[in-house]
Amino acid sequence: MHRRDFLTGLARTAAGVGLMGLGLGLYSRRAASLPAWALRPPGALPEADFDGACIRCGLCVRDCPFDMLHLARLGQDIPTGTPYFVAREAGCEMCEDIPCVKACPTQALDHGLTDINDADMGLAVVSDQEACIAFQGLRCEVCFNICPIRGEAITLEYRRNTRSGKHALFIPVVHSDRCTGCGKCEEACILEEAAIKVLPRHLIQGKLGEHYRLGWDEQQRAGGALVTPDAEHRYNLPEGMRYDHGGEGLIEAPDDAPFSDNPLDTLNGGGAL
Amino acid sequence: MTDTRDISRRDFIKSQAAIAAASVAGVTLPTSLLAQAQDQAADPNIRWDKAPCRFCGTGCSVLVGSKDGKVIASQGDPDAPVNRGLNCIKGYFLPKILYGRDRLTRPLLRKWNGRYDKDGDFEAVSWDEAFDVMAEHWKKALKQSMDENKGKSVDEMTSRVGLFGSGQWTVWEGYAASKLLKAGMRSNNLDPNARHCMASAVGAFIRAFGIDEPMGCYDDLEHADVFVLWGANMAEMHPILWSRLTDTRLSKPGCEVHVLSTFQHRCYELADNPIIFAPQTDLAILNYIANYIIQTEAYDKAFIDKHVQFETATTDIGYGLRPEHPLEQQAANAGVGAKKPSSFEAFAKQVAPYTLEYVSELSGVPKDNLLRLAKAYADPNKKVSSFWTMGFNQHTRGVWVNGSCYNVHLLMGKISEPGNSPFSLTGQPSACGTAREVGTFAHRLPADLVVKKPEHRAFSEQVWQLPEGTLNGKVGYHAVLMHRMMKDGLMNCYWQMCNNNMQAAANLNEESYPGWRNPDVFVTVSDPYPTVSAQAADLVLPTSMWVEKEGAYGNAERRTQFWREQTDAPGESKSDLWQIMEFSKRFKVEDVWPPELIEKAPEYAGKSLYEILFTNGEVDKYPFEGKITDARGNEYRNHESRDFGYYVQKGLFEEYRKFNSGPDIIKKGHEMAEFQAYHESRGLRWPVIDGKETLWRFREGYDPHVAAFNPDVEKGDVYFYGNANGRANIIFAPYEPAAESPDEEFDLWLCTGRVLEHWHSGSMTRRVPELYRAVPDAVIYMSKDDAKSRRLRDGQMALIKTRRGQIKARVETRGRNRPPNGLVFVPWFDANRLVNKLTLDATDPLSKETDYKKCACRVERV
Repeated sequence: MHRRDFLTGLARTAAGVGLMGLGLGLYSRRAASLPAWALRPPGALPEADFDGACIRCGLCVRDCPFDMLHLARLGQDIPTGTPYFVAREAGCEMCEDIPCVKACPTQALDHGLTDINDADMGLAVVSDQEACIAFQGLRCEVCFNICPIRGEAITLEYRRNTRSGKHALFIPVVHSDRCTGCGKCEEACILEEAAIKVLPRHLIQGKLGEHYRLGWDEQQRAGGALVTPDAEHRYNLPEGMRYDHGGEGLIEAPDDAPFSDNPLDTLNGGGAL
Repeated sequence: MTDTRDISRRDFIKSQAAIAAASVAGVTLPTSLLAQAQDQAADPNIRWDKAPCRFCGTGCSVLVGSKDGKVIASQGDPDAPVNRGLNCIKGYFLPKILYGRDRLTRPLLRKWNGRYDKDGDFEAVSWDEAFDVMAEHWKKALKQSMDENKGKSVDEMTSRVGLFGSGQWTVWEGYAASKLLKAGMRSNNLDPNARHCMASAVGAFIRAFGIDEPMGCYDDLEHADVFVLWGANMAEMHPILWSRLTDTRLSKPGCEVHVLSTFQHRCYELADNPIIFAPQTDLAILNYIANYIIQTEAYDKAFIDKHVQFETATTDIGYGLRPEHPLEQQAANAGVGAKKPSSFEAFAKQVAPYTLEYVSELSGVPKDNLLRLAKAYADPNKKVSSFWTMGFNQHTRGVWVNGSCYNVHLLMGKISEPGNSPFSLTGQPSACGTAREVGTFAHRLPADLVVKKPEHRAFSEQVWQLPEGTLNGKVGYHAVLMHRMMKDGLMNCYWQMCNNNMQAAANLNEESYPGWRNPDVFVTVSDPYPTVSAQAADLVLPTSMWVEKEGAYGNAERRTQFWREQTDAPGESKSDLWQIMEFSKRFKVEDVWPPELIEKAPEYAGKSLYEILFTNGEVDKYPFEGKITDARGNEYRNHESRDFGYYVQKGLFEEYRKFNSGPDIIKKGHEMAEFQAYHESRGLRWPVIDGKETLWRFREGYDPHVAAFNPDVEKGDVYFYGNANGRANIIFAPYEPAAESPDEEFDLWLCTGRVLEHWHSGSMTRRVPELYRAVPDAVIYMSKDDAKSRRLRDGQMALIKTRRGQIKARVETRGRNRPPNGLVFVPWFDANRLVNKLTLDATDPLSKETDYKKCACRVERV
């Protein structure tokens, strides 16, 4: 069973349970279990609200200049007549003027969305690090290159390739605060099955414990140490050695100083005189 | 043997990793572990063999997996020193380039009412008919040339036939083409697409060092402290070398990367010193660095005194346009390459005006960045490797700018040792191995010999068993001139192999297309796919590609790599080599040589060019047993050898070795190993002497030629033996402006180039669905400000115009390339958007290489 089939299956089961519990009159509520592979256009309200607000007029689909939006048909696992897109087939091109949102007569696509970079259609995740060839050191980076929020939503982390010993790895890293879920990365992934996928945010995003902070982030945010910095450290060291407290640790001091540490050497040595 | 069935996948990966690590460290592992790994890896149904990648000049090796006669798998070759198992995204898809759905399978000829007609539609024909029609045109043109050359000396001969070859040809394809055109047809109208790519680099090598190709090798990537990229987007164009450079930057303390270009590209992600300069001012920046080195007395006086000679270039040399062009009329010394002797003092005076203030102003680069760059070169304790590609080469002063970079390295003595390396990277997989080393240029013969020198011609005639005075001494038509000559009706037959010049050559509307479609011209295109060139041709020949033939490539670090034929080509496809040799059978020597020349070799009377050039006792010396067998007993086909009846590739290569490795060769320094040695290794870096490769040239200890040329050389010292006096030339060249700069009407610079996902014109990579999906169309990369001021937004279709043409493409302001205001970048891979309708065919007057990086355009709303 493929992972996607599995996810779809889960969604179906959830939908089925919903139907039995609430009856056919609430058929449209099935939207709460929108399949994971179906993404809503930019500015879409949270799923439950969207379902209520969308009047199935199809204007957003009509006004998409790239024809990547579809209207769900009867029998699909998506509420009939609502707009969706499938990232692997064609992602959102993130038009600057967001024509789909402008076309929406009901605010199902929130007109408050004026900067497409603030859209939240889903979240990309490098879902298979074994298959992604970047993790093996191959020079691909198609997801990074195609990302419309270049260098922010996906960045490359340089690592050393310890296997080859001579090459670097260029690892794609998704940043959830900048990713809009446009799906261009999944669309463009050159593998047979994409190793980067865009899914609804709630399905994939983790959350750090409320109590914990990342010290280096907090320090950066505060612009300095949160507690008083140490007094100067001093160490017992043999001649020729230094110790760098906050940095490198033990350092062999360069021996290219023009003078000996002992002034007597200079005074008694004669030198160039 | 241990039972391996219980090894889980994870254990297997671990044991593979252990073996890889051990082989790097030179450790021997217990045989049981080795056996386990090998047993698991071996799929008995797949035959694995090595081959260099089809694409760029890096020269990664791959393992090609074939089954039932088809290539079904590939992997990066873990034992290849260049890439150690890695590939870029193009290399990842290598098997797919063979199986595009629209592969050509039969010769196609334009016909009308059953006969060839230039205005007819393409129809499938037999090879016989194709070559009959083609030979008829070639014989007519050759006859006319013979008549025109009557009574002329060999230094004045012209020809109406030409062949446009490739830096993607195999070594023997280039060699056979050179024989057919230069020896057989006495035409020097043979030029490779490397003219568009490497010619400026070659010019500078010859002017400075008297011998072609880099002194260093890829190991410089691990040994340098400072990397300087001059007009090279290595991150995309040499992806695996870039990952080596990045690894050094990550791991070596103090390592820094300086990146120079006219727009921001992927390499800037790693740049410690990012520099965007105004187009063409790289000339001035290099002179500033030389000036800084002299002013601060940082130069290596001992090195200069002993190893360098100063010269100065002739200036105001024009722009390689048609002679009647106003720019050529205005130039005082159009096309003059002569150098005058100079001195250190004179050189110092010449670079003195290139002060920090002046150059910062001219180039638009902040002083701090320029100073930091100059200091890196001037620091005697830092090893500096400079890398460049098309930014330097595709430049109307390409030879100069290459040379000015050598100037800086030579002033500091930072050359020919690990990490200190001025390194001209090549774009194509065999620009070095075929175009340059075999010498498939209009002015060259094999192994750095040139047609102009009588002693070089005499030597070549002796190797090729030709009567004295056969070879044409007049330089033939270079790539750009060929199109002009076709348009003017002075070259009537043109055969293009292994590239796509209708898409690649500049100024398509005014020169390329009118030339190809001139009714007095017959154009043949050999290609695996229906390219833009094929569309504009009269005859299209279906061609075997890459591992559908036995081949050899030479990469940018002088590494020669061989491969065997892995699979049959579809339909009636044949390799370029087969086509060249088979076509030569159509000509009797009387069709191409005048009676007085045949009289000098009466034994050739009545013979075909095939007999004279190929069954000459050398090329047909090695028998073909019906199959090629590797060391492990695997068997391979070889369609040329099968058809011609001898081991063609071996015969050609061994005859070629008489030029570079024979006892009596004129120019030493290109020695190669015997044929079989290359089938048994992942390539060897020449000169190969007594079976040993050369890593760094011109330095005693690394290069045995040094002591041979200069027995008094001190240990570890250099000797530039390419020049008779053993010295390298520092040649002053000034800043001179570009051929066409933005003005009020055309207010933007247009720069063209490549992207990582597509190779050149995209004829192979655009047929890989995944690569096409990753980068489907060429876009106009421009700054947000420039887009906004033209009322354009991202993704909008726009019109881009120059004085020569216009195309439409979408605007991209947030992509991988970020031009500054005033410049746009458009890739050229897209057959649906031919950016060379826009470009200007201005060339470096010395190298004849087109400047694809600079012309004036404007961008408008559609």
